[in-house]
Amino acid sequence: MIASSSDAQTSRVWQVLEAVPDPEIPVLSIVDLGIVREVAWQDDCLLVSITPTYSGCPAAEFIRNQVGSALADAGFETATVSEVLTPAWTTDWISEAGREKLRQYGIAPPEKATGRRGLFAPELTIHCPRCDSRRTECVSEFGSTPCKAHYRCLDCLEPFDYFKCL
Amino acid sequence: MTTCDQKDLFTYVLRLGDSGLVLGQRLSEWVGKAPMLEEEMALANMALDMVGQARNFLSYAGEVEGRGRGEDALAMHRDVGSFSNLLLVEQPNRDFAYTMVRQYFYASFAERLFEQLQHSADSRLAGIAAKAVKECRYHARHSGLWLVRLGDGTEESHQRVARALEDLWPYTGELFEMDEVDRRLLEAGVAADVQAMRTEWREALNQVLVEARLPLPSDEIWMHSGGRIGRHSEHLGHLLATMQILPRSYPDANW
Ligand SMILES: [Zn+2]
Repeated sequence: MIASSSDAQTSRVWQVLEAVPDPEIPVLSIVDLGIVREVAWQDDCLLVSITPTYSGCPAAEFIRNQVGSALADAGFETATVSEVLTPAWTTDWISEAGREKLRQYGIAPPEKATGRRGLFAPELTIHCPRCDSRRTECVSEFGSTPCKAHYRCLDCLEPFDYFKCL
Repeated sequence: MTTCDQKDLFTYVLRLGDSGLVLGQRLSEWVGKAPMLEEEMALANMALDMVGQARNFLSYAGEVEGRGRGEDALAMHRDVGSFSNLLLVEQPNRDFAYTMVRQYFYASFAERLFEQLQHSADSRLAGIAAKAVKECRYHARHSGLWLVRLGDGTEESHQRVARALEDLWPYTGELFEMDEVDRRLLEAGVAADVQAMRTEWREALNQVLVEARLPLPSDEIWMHSGGRIGRHSEHLGHLLATMQILPRSYPDANW
């Protein structure tokens, strides 16, 4: 099919992208995560720009391929999926819906603008995503994936991931 | 696109990429034998950040050079003499204290370097730096807290971190060196003024060391130099041999 640059086509593209899960946290779509930076048309060609979360994100290439095939399946066979580095991704781009999905999935969403803390800054208060207790402690700032820190709840005693602020 | 000598730009970006790559490789040597699970994850994550930054820098260096060398060619098909990383990052892991001291020295420097470079007149360099600065900030925090924990820990942990500090200190002078390439690019608004960062870097270090009850190293000490122009310690050859053996043995190997 030949895609036209109508608004209807553009919102159809966003719908397709909203159904592409993040491979590491599949409860979030790549749109929830805020890594889809642009959907644009150049003449009749669809251009989708994706930004990586971390410089060394091992999933970046996989995500680009997933996006390409999801778009092809929806009829946008000639779409170009490219990577952009600027502006650098920040956890502030995770949508409200995304933050709620994280919480329900058992991952504490990022506290806004806390990535710049100095060495001797006070500990952050992170709420337990299971029992909402404020009595939690950081086990390690580097968790199961680059974007997560490892925490423990001192009330319900469950370990949990905190999506750290970047 | 900025108006600066493309050869200078290639040298500058390659140096940044090489330091990231070599440090990433060093950190990844811990995988499978870190002192505890949490640190295993941390070291692997930091290695991944460093390799990711290196890929961005090396890809760009290859494009600037314009001779068809991509990130893989630059990483895997050069020998010791063509690597221009800082001597600090090729120093062996030895023990966990060494690794954390090396990491703090580098990350606390890189944090300041990339902070400046994200405003570079070269937009590509600025973009890579803007991502890297956030990652290096976490690395500096992580390794800085370990310095405090080890220094103010047991007698053994204190001794080990003090020895690492003494041994690695002479490699820190090179971080703040600037040659003709750096000066010309600084003039063009592309490079960062690393000399000007030295005092602030030192003050941050002193704060950590006081907290860690560790002695402050002397400024009057002789400093090693040469990594940035391809003169390396004996350690780099061994690191490259391990890192490069697969693509060198099977040049067309593909995933
Ligand atoms: Zn809880």
